[in-house]
This record gives sequence, C-alpha cells and structure tokens, in this order.
Amino acid sequence: MSKYGVIAKFDNPQSLVHAAEQVRNEGFTKFDCHSPFPIHGMDEAMGLKRSKLGYVIGAMGLTGALFGFGLQTWIHSIEYPMNISGKPYFAYPAYAIITFELMVLFSAFGAVFGMMFFNRIPRFHHPVFYSEKFSDVSSDAFYVSIEFDDPKYNENNVIDFLKNIGGTEIEVLTDES
Amino acid sequence: MSIKSKALIRAEKLLPGNQDFTSITNDIAGVPEQKRTPIQWWLLFGLSLSLLSIFVGSVGFLIWEGTGIWGINNPVFWGWAIINFVWWVGIGHAGTLISAILHLFRQNWRNAINRFAETMTLFAVICALVFPGIHVGRIWVAYWFLPLPNQMGMWPNMRSPLIWDFFAVFTYFTVSLLFWYTGLIPDLATLRDRAKGLKKKVYGFFALGWRGGNRQWQHYELAYLVLAGISTPLVLSVHSVVSSDFATSVIPGWHTTIFPPYFVAGAIYSGFGMVMTLSIIARKVYNLGHIITVEHLDKMAQIMLLTGCMVGYAYSMEFFVAWYSGNPYESFAFVNRALGPYWWGYWAMIFCNVVVPQFFWFEKYRRHIPFLFITSILVNIGMWFERFVIVVITLHRDFMPGAWAMYNPTMWDVAIYLGTFGLFFTGFLLFLRFLPMVSIAEAKLVLPESDPHHGDSHE
Repeated sequence: MSKYGVIAKFDNPQSLVHAAEQVRNEGFTKFDCHSPFPIHGMDEAMGLKRSKLGYVIGAMGLTGALFGFGLQTWIHSIEYPMNISGKPYFAYPAYAIITFELMVLFSAFGAVFGMMFFNRIPRFHHPVFYSEKFSDVSSDAFYVSIEFDDPKYNENNVIDFLKNIGGTEIEVLTDES
Repeated sequence: MSIKSKALIRAEKLLPGNQDFTSITNDIAGVPEQKRTPIQWWLLFGLSLSLLSIFVGSVGFLIWEGTGIWGINNPVFWGWAIINFVWWVGIGHAGTLISAILHLFRQNWRNAINRFAETMTLFAVICALVFPGIHVGRIWVAYWFLPLPNQMGMWPNMRSPLIWDFFAVFTYFTVSLLFWYTGLIPDLATLRDRAKGLKKKVYGFFALGWRGGNRQWQHYELAYLVLAGISTPLVLSVHSVVSSDFATSVIPGWHTTIFPPYFVAGAIYSGFGMVMTLSIIARKVYNLGHIITVEHLDKMAQIMLLTGCMVGYAYSMEFFVAWYSGNPYESFAFVNRALGPYWWGYWAMIFCNVVVPQFFWFEKYRRHIPFLFITSILVNIGMWFERFVIVVITLHRDFMPGAWAMYNPTMWDVAIYLGTFGLFFTGFLLFLRFLPMVSIAEAKLVLPESDPHHGDSHE
C-alpha cells in the first residue's frame, strides 16, 4: 500500500477559493482545487501564473500562415507556373484566403493539443481517482488535493491543516482498494 | 417596472425553479443514461434511417451513372447540389455563432443551447460537404482538391475561389469538431463518473482522465476562449468564401460586392431557425423546458428578427444597385427574379425571410411555441429558396437569349436532398441518445451560486 496525498471536501465555490488562498499561504505547491466548473478568481487564489498556452497558439498560427502563403507561392511561382485565364503567377491577394484558413486551422490544433500538453492529458491514472467520493467533483463537489511529493507534506499535519481551514470528509489517497 | 429591472428578472428566469448543481447534473446527464429509450426517439430514428438508406442508394446510383441523372443542364450547371451545399453550410453557422461569438460577448444564456447548436453544425457541415464531393462527378478523383504531389505534376489552382472554398469548409469542419470535443471533455468526465462497466470505460477513454482541477481548468479556459476567438473570424470567412464562388464570376446577379455580408447574415438567420426547430423538439421529447426555457427561444427569435431584417435589406439593396448601375444585363437579372418564370421562388423567399420574421417584433409571438416552431421551419424553407433564386434563376437566363433554358430537377435531386436529412438526423439522434445535449459544466455557471462572491456582503 502506498499513499499519494490527501483530499478534503469544501462546501461551495466560495469556500474553495478561501481554502486555496490558505493552502497557498501555508506554502504548499503540489496542490490543486477541483470543481465541476471553472471558478472565477481561482488562478489568483492559488497563485498560478498566466497560462503559456497563448504563445503556443500564436506560434502555431504564424506557422500556419507562413505555410499557407509559402505553399501557394511555391506552387504557382516555382513548382509549376501555369497561366490560367491570364492571372499573375504571384497573385498574392488571391492567396489571402488560404493563408488565413491555414492560420486558423493550425491555431486550433495548437489550442487543443497545447491544452492537452499543458494539462498532461490523456492521463487515465491519477491518485485522486483512488477515492470513491472524489467522483462527485464532476457533478457538485469541491475538493482540495495535496499531493505526497509536496516538500511540506506530512500526512498528519496536512490532515489537521485541512480540517482547520474547514475541509470535511478528509481522505488519504491510497492504492489499496 | 423599469426596463432594467425587467431585464434582470428575465436573466434570473434562464434557470427557473429551485435548481442546484446536483439537479442540473441529474437532469442533463440523466438523458443519455436512460435505461429505456423513449418511443419518440425510436420513431424518429427509424424515419431517419429510412431517409439515410435513400441517401446511400441515390448517391450510389449517382456515382455509378454520373451527374446526368440530375436536372442540371446548359446553362444551369449548378442545380440543387450547390443550393443544398450552401443551405447546409449556412445552417451550420448558427452553431458557431452561438458557441463562439456569444461566448466572447459573455452571453451566458447561450450555455443552454451551445452544445446542441455545435452538434448541429458538425452534422450540417458533413451534409454540406457531400454535395461538392459528389458534384465533381468522378468522385474517385476528388482528392485532386488536395495539394498533393502526383505523377502528373499538377496542382490545384490556388487563385480560384472553388479551392478557397474547399480549404475554408474543411478548416471549418475541423475547427468545429475540435471546439465541440473540447467543450465536451468535462461533461464526458461527468458521465464517466456516473457510469459503470463498459460505458465507464468508453466515456472515460474520451474524457482523457479529466479531473476538474484548477490547474487543468486554467489552460482549458484559455484554449476555449482562443477557439472562440478564432472561430469568430472563421465563421464569417467561411460563408464569405462560399459567396465568392458566385461573386467572383461575371454572371449578372452574381457579380456583386454585397454577397459576403449578405450570405453571412442569411446563414445565421437559417441556422437559428434550425436550432429553434431542433430545440423545440428536444425540450418537448426530453422534458427539458426548465433548462432550454422560453427565454432562450425568445432571444433566438430576436436574433432571427435582426438577421431577417439584414437579408431583407440586402434584397432591396441588390435591386437598387441593379437599377442604379444602369447595366441592362444586371437590371434584367433582377426583374427576371421577381417577374420571370420562377417568380414563385422569389416571392416564397420574400415571404419567408422578410415578412415572417416581422412578427418577432412582438413579444407575444416570440414566446408562442407552436408559432415559433412553424416559423422556424418557414425560415429554412425561405433560405432554401434564397439559394434557389441565386443559383437557378440567375443561371437560367444570362446574357444571350439564345443560351437561355429552363431548369427542372429530377427525382434524384429530390432523393439526395431528402437523404441528407437522414444523414443529419441519424447523427443528431445518436448524439441526443449518448451525449449530454446541454453543456453540464457551463449550465452550472448560470447559477448565482457558481460565483465565488455569491453571498458576500456589499459593504
């Protein structure tokens, strides 16, 4: 049997945000606040930096635009210059549409797969899933989890601390079923 | 009562009754979890499957025999296939408008209908893509659309609007699919957590191990916001590009700069009509009147009024410019629309798209569900006729009277069009059966309890 961390339940979004502030002030770093929907102000409460996903999407969008414009230029100016109804070979205004569409397409891939990368998903095993009650988090429950590899982690202290800040149904995550 | 306080009361009515997080989950997730499928679902599914078999059969015959089985002729080379293509793509646009543009404007009421509308977009775009695909005739070389190196050294003509259209619609489909799936991840996690056995495995696989932590929500929300941000110009570009298939030609009646905005407004108009039709059926069959409320239908009717007036303006502006241009061909094309042999198509369009939405000025009609149901269908009939007017009436009489001809669709045109309804509704009904039709996570955001400052004192 191994232990992976502690979870504690909170009543509503408000108490979860307050709990997040206290967990952060206590100096924990490997913790998370689970909720059925994103909670406004939670990033600040947990002390999270702004997501870097925007840079990934921007880079992907730029790549897509350059690829789209480059592809069209290469096809009609270099690879096979062909006179079609007298249009110029390098008809750059006509390239705007496909350049734009590929920019959007690449950005969308950047957004979705970048999100998956930053969130480390797909990941089908996680210690929080060892808890039976934790599954309510996708419906109506609000949980704080503190993981065992946090430098400040000490099981008894963490349990007491979570109790003090108003957590209920405190559970130690173990892989023993 | 002042207007403002009336509006506030309206906002509270978006989720009437004593609902909380638990009841929302139970109500929405309860539908795909039903042990017994409702009899209405089976009836509709049976009907859809029979239409789908007509689709498969008639498209099969088309591929075997060629596009000669259609009513297309010289000069009407683009018949029902292109009408249906534009019609289906247009319907899809409301889904993206609801999920992306209304999200950017923080219109929370959209949270009850966005999943629904996004799904409609996906299947509508699939139906649309069928038509250019089969219209090429030799469908086995349809991959020539793609810029692939090949033994002939040939490339698509990137300066042609037809290839722009191919890129635009495929990008649109892919981005819509990604947007839809991203929105679905937290809900799939909900279904996973409530299911057992094989269902748990399947939902769990697609939920990707979502655990609702804020470290996940943080990136998720940004990804969702950016997808909304890039879908907004995308959806406007897609129908603009569709319109440039027409507008970049030299045919009188097509060669106009008003086409892109006019097509986009019409697309949104017809798409809201379709969302209205589908949501009235679904809330009735699944008793979700407290989640998709009359308030939502009222707001959709308001958007239909706006876009209906925009297309009405475009129709009149086209006539004005045709006269003002002093170009006899241009003027004739428009007189021929209203008074030529296909006058009934033009006036059906005017009635459905310009006259019918005027009822939505009155609150009584915006909240009368049978009336809304009938008008939402009329809207889509009207928008079909709009494309008929643009494609058939314009082409059948262009410059030289010697080249004029009448156009008559054949039974295969009708069969394939009806068949796409089978394709659309089969997909849509499967979605209703197995996936949450309202976004569970987003519906909760409408509740005041979801705000972390709920209950704080204001001092």
